[in-house]
Amino acid sequence: MKKILLAVGLPVVLVAAWYLLSYGSESFYVPPLRTILAALVDTWTPDRLRADVLPSVLRLLGGFVLATALGVAVGVVIGTHRRVRAAAEPVLEFFRAIPPPVLIPVVMIFAGIGDTMKILVIVFGCIWPILLNTVEGVRAVDSVLSDTARSYGIGGPARLWHLVLRGASPQIVTGMRQALSIAIILMVISEMFAASNGLGFTIVQFQRSFAIPEMWSGTIVLGLLGVVLSVLFRLAESRVLSWYHGLRGTQRQS
Amino acid sequence: MTGTATSTPRAVPLAVYGVAGLAGLLVLAEALPRLGVVPARYLPPATEILSALGREVSTGAFWTALGHTLVAWAAGLAIAAGAGIVLGIVIGAVPGLRAATASTIEFLRPIPSVALIPLAVLLYGTDLKSSLLLVVYASFWQVLIQVLAGVQDVDPIAEETARSYGLGWWYRIRYVLWPTALPYLLTGVRLAAAVALILAITAELVIGSPGLGAEIAVAQTSNALPAMYALIVVTGLLGVLINLGARALERHLLSWHQSIRGAA
Repeated sequence: MKKILLAVGLPVVLVAAWYLLSYGSESFYVPPLRTILAALVDTWTPDRLRADVLPSVLRLLGGFVLATALGVAVGVVIGTHRRVRAAAEPVLEFFRAIPPPVLIPVVMIFAGIGDTMKILVIVFGCIWPILLNTVEGVRAVDSVLSDTARSYGIGGPARLWHLVLRGASPQIVTGMRQALSIAIILMVISEMFAASNGLGFTIVQFQRSFAIPEMWSGTIVLGLLGVVLSVLFRLAESRVLSWYHGLRGTQRQS
Repeated sequence: MTGTATSTPRAVPLAVYGVAGLAGLLVLAEALPRLGVVPARYLPPATEILSALGREVSTGAFWTALGHTLVAWAAGLAIAAGAGIVLGIVIGAVPGLRAATASTIEFLRPIPSVALIPLAVLLYGTDLKSSLLLVVYASFWQVLIQVLAGVQDVDPIAEETARSYGLGWWYRIRYVLWPTALPYLLTGVRLAAAVALILAITAELVIGSPGLGAEIAVAQTSNALPAMYALIVVTGLLGVLINLGARALERHLLSWHQSIRGAA
């Protein structure tokens, strides 16, 4: 009971403060919260959600899944070969350091402004944290386990699946978590840059036509999307990595 | 196995492979457009990009843009780090406050900072402050989360010892809390420095506030591809430098810490 109160207390206070402080707001840019909430209900109808939010989310997931598959595949190759790793590391560090949004103009040259462009932008932006974390994870696979697997004659796909990927999965998940927040940023920006639908496009459209309460409501929808995705990710993580968190827990107790 | 390989004198130093990798990238970027694998109107050869880089570096506009980007980055990072440190210590040190704020922080943190772009445009237009707003929002959470983790890590015995010796709150923060939280804080600052650069460039690219990002957008719309690629290379180098700088800072400030001493 006390826990729930603590969790809900401050958010309620903050929203109430926003509601009350902005109640009589005359400012054009900061409309009263009740206006924004009314706009939220009016603007984001199920049709709107299907036409604008769904394409955004699909592009986001498409890019994210592709980036994960590619990043893990390349990361395993690089991580298991010492010389390949030494050769690739500076190049990878450079590509990772490029702020992903500057890739949008580049990808636009190659792929136009369609869905392909947006998915490619997300892939190119997301792949680096996943790839580099996979490399680190594969490198750090427990050498005792590795030797044990070898002496039991476990090789090929079984070794890859049960030893290498399993062992690296905590790191891979860390990379994926970083990649997810980059993916959201890139989804929005690529749509703000050039698009005919999508969440980012709609919000910029509201802003350009000075539909301020609608714009605020779009910002809220985008924020909620970020929160929902991060909650879903954490749920998936705790399922996939339950063995790891359990292991860490027992290690800490001992 | 790796240990013996690196210690044999005849083995090729790993750095050579790294240089070879970079050289390979350059050769590839030169060969692909020259051989027509990738159309040169999509990707100019590396030599053209490098000469465009040379031209850019000799113009004053480039350095002004670089300066704008760096100012937005540094000011944003400084504000975010300052606010993150103060709030993190207050939330961590005052009993009950952490439990009361946890849900709010967990909710606000994943909100993508780009959601603030329209708001920044309305409030500040293409001013430097637009970039600042985005940079501060994005990097603040990185610092705050790390400081909170650091404050939580304080050894209760050290804290109680300090209390029973009658140390005041300032001394407890300075000599007990700060050394414990510093490694966490520096990790947060390193992450925040990278995020701040991303958001500074993003704001310039999308909003058009002055800086390298805006220059990239201009080069793209005027179809000056070599210049555009050259500027992108500059942002990448900037990112590398910031990473290296943050790591060096970490090593310097934590020279007393086990994680650095153990590695040396």
